[in-house]
Amino acid sequence: MACASAGGVPTRDASPNLQSLFISWLPLVRFASIWPGNDRGVAVAVEQHDIEQREVVTKKPPVDKVLHAVVTSGALASLVILGSIAGFLLYRGFQIFSDMGFGFITGSTWEGTGGEGEFTKYGIAPMLVGSIVLSLIAVFVALPLSVGTALFVEFYAPPGLRRVLISILDLAAAIPSVIYGLWGLFVLRPLAIGWAEALNDHLGWFPLFRVEATFFDGSPFIGGLVLAVMISPIITSVAREVFSQTPPELIDGARALGGERWSAIRHIVLPFGRSGVIGGAMLGLGRALGETVAIYLVVSIVFKINLQILFTGTGNIASMIALKFGEASPYEVKALLASGFVLFVVTLIVNLIATAIVNNSARKAAK
Amino acid sequence: MFSESPLEGAEITASGVGSTMREVETGRDSRNLLPSGASGLETIGAHAWFGKHHAIEDVSLRFPKSSVTGLIGPSGCGKSTFLRLLNRMHEFIPGTAFAGQVLLDGRDIYAPEVNATEIRLKVGMVFQKPNPFPSMSIADNVLAGLRLARIKTADKYMLLEDCLVRAGLWKEVKDRLKASAGSLSGGQQQRLCIARALAVKPEVLLMDEPCSALDPGSTLRVEETIVQLSEAMTIIIVTHNMQQAARVSDYCAFFLSEGGPGRVVEAGLTSTIFTNPVDPRTADYVQGRFG
Ligand SMILES: Nc1ncnc2c1ncn2[C@@H]1O[C@H](COP(=O)(O)OP(=O)(O)OP(=O)(O)O)[C@@H](O)[C@H]1O
Ligand SMILES: [Mg+2]
Repeated sequence: MACASAGGVPTRDASPNLQSLFISWLPLVRFASIWPGNDRGVAVAVEQHDIEQREVVTKKPPVDKVLHAVVTSGALASLVILGSIAGFLLYRGFQIFSDMGFGFITGSTWEGTGGEGEFTKYGIAPMLVGSIVLSLIAVFVALPLSVGTALFVEFYAPPGLRRVLISILDLAAAIPSVIYGLWGLFVLRPLAIGWAEALNDHLGWFPLFRVEATFFDGSPFIGGLVLAVMISPIITSVAREVFSQTPPELIDGARALGGERWSAIRHIVLPFGRSGVIGGAMLGLGRALGETVAIYLVVSIVFKINLQILFTGTGNIASMIALKFGEASPYEVKALLASGFVLFVVTLIVNLIATAIVNNSARKAAK
Repeated sequence: MFSESPLEGAEITASGVGSTMREVETGRDSRNLLPSGASGLETIGAHAWFGKHHAIEDVSLRFPKSSVTGLIGPSGCGKSTFLRLLNRMHEFIPGTAFAGQVLLDGRDIYAPEVNATEIRLKVGMVFQKPNPFPSMSIADNVLAGLRLARIKTADKYMLLEDCLVRAGLWKEVKDRLKASAGSLSGGQQQRLCIARALAVKPEVLLMDEPCSALDPGSTLRVEETIVQLSEAMTIIIVTHNMQQAARVSDYCAFFLSEGGPGRVVEAGLTSTIFTNPVDPRTADYVQGRFG
């Protein structure tokens, strides 16, 4: 097929005589491509700079071209959609960025429901910080949980249990977040309040676990836990996937050297899957950053930067948008769209980092 | 089938089908012929299964210390399976089963009180495809066994150099010990894997077609290495290369499956197997007439 297209024949099955023609040509062509300057004989060996490097052109068969076009347009379409979303948010929120300036990111007040004026101030710092704190707690809790689960499923669970666990995990990843929110509200929250109290009692000297008053309900801690449960299935499935890619001959090699199963996991599987797991964590982080309804249900949304993770009150950009959208004035709507743009950018950055890390690990694995 | 055993303490017995009890007795008898204090590896009536699939049947072989034994036979006759019985790696595959005995210095390695991990330290293995750990440097690869099995050594550098010298790799890598193992050629990687296996000081070294991915030059280096190593350890090597078996091994065992489970057709001195085999199938195989 390759030789047919090189000869300019568009169809796959060339007629017999054509084929024999190409076959008779083949050695010549191959010879020529190995020795670009063979007609110059000895000169090639003596004067190296005489060798002319040839441009190597790979001709694509028609099927390839069509497929190439389809795939390219698909990729372009998603890029265009992504761009138009960002463009829309930026366009509708632009007035806010120009009115509020950098204060929109750093300010901590959300005042004025009327139109534009000197008393109207919009700054999303508390919600931006809340988004980040909530997601970090979520990843911090979910990561060890997920890696442990993935290792168990991949290396310890008997085959029957393994299949069951994998389908449960896939199912868990598909559960709508409102379900997680309701479960968090009624089941996890009462328990987590107790855990928060205990943490504060025993580890209160640690700055992170200090509270200004003993109100533990609706805290970043509880919100983060719900998010952790929500993103664990995603991180687990990515981790399981990369762990399962560990070449079996490496594990065999480690076991043959007298390594126990756990040593082989620690010294072979974990280093092999590290970047992939980090990529999975970033995906989870991205999902946690944008979570709306679970946070809306579980957290007491308070417009104040709260770094005491056990203390009540926080929020994130997504839940704030949902909370305020209903009764917002046209000007406030612009501010909410501008907040959406900020969230978009933050999520994009996280995902770009995730992609870079995953690619990097794939490249390392391919070596 | 039963090969003559002309040398004391150096014979290999192979039992065919027949009555299992008697064959096991044969195995025991041959063990009793060992000079007292002699050591090595021995299997008595070894069987292996993958689920319902009976992969090898009733293999009784002796591998005396300081010798090289070649395992030969057509593809799929159970050589790798047999090898993995000897360091208890067969049991890693779910659903597998084993019967018989494997004696290391007279001690049954499948006895319930035996720690399989310790056995793998004493019975090292080199695989068909070089499998250095890609995330580790050359030096870390050689010493990986110490880390994996949590063994303490006083002088790591001495051990590192010693193993690399014995594996015939020292000269080539001594200036780049910190480089990634992936930067070595295939032949160098395989010798690195040999060095890595040596670092935990095994008594027996199992090699499963260690040269099948190597060029003739590297193959020759590895063969030299094998001959040198055999002065101090028991080596069992699977190979499809008859010349290689003839070059490196003192004894040979010919495996054949003929549709059923793999069995040892004939075993004995390599010179006998290659020049004057008892079984016509052995003659056919070593002369390349089938397989
Ligand atoms: N993991 C496995 N699961 C099931 N059957 C297996 C497995 N490994 C090997 N077998 C079977 O056991 C038999 C012996 O295989 P083995 O790999 O020991 O052959 P071999 O002699 O090493 O062959 P080769 O020379 O090709 O390496 C074969 O019939 C094979 O199909
Ligand atoms: Mg094999």
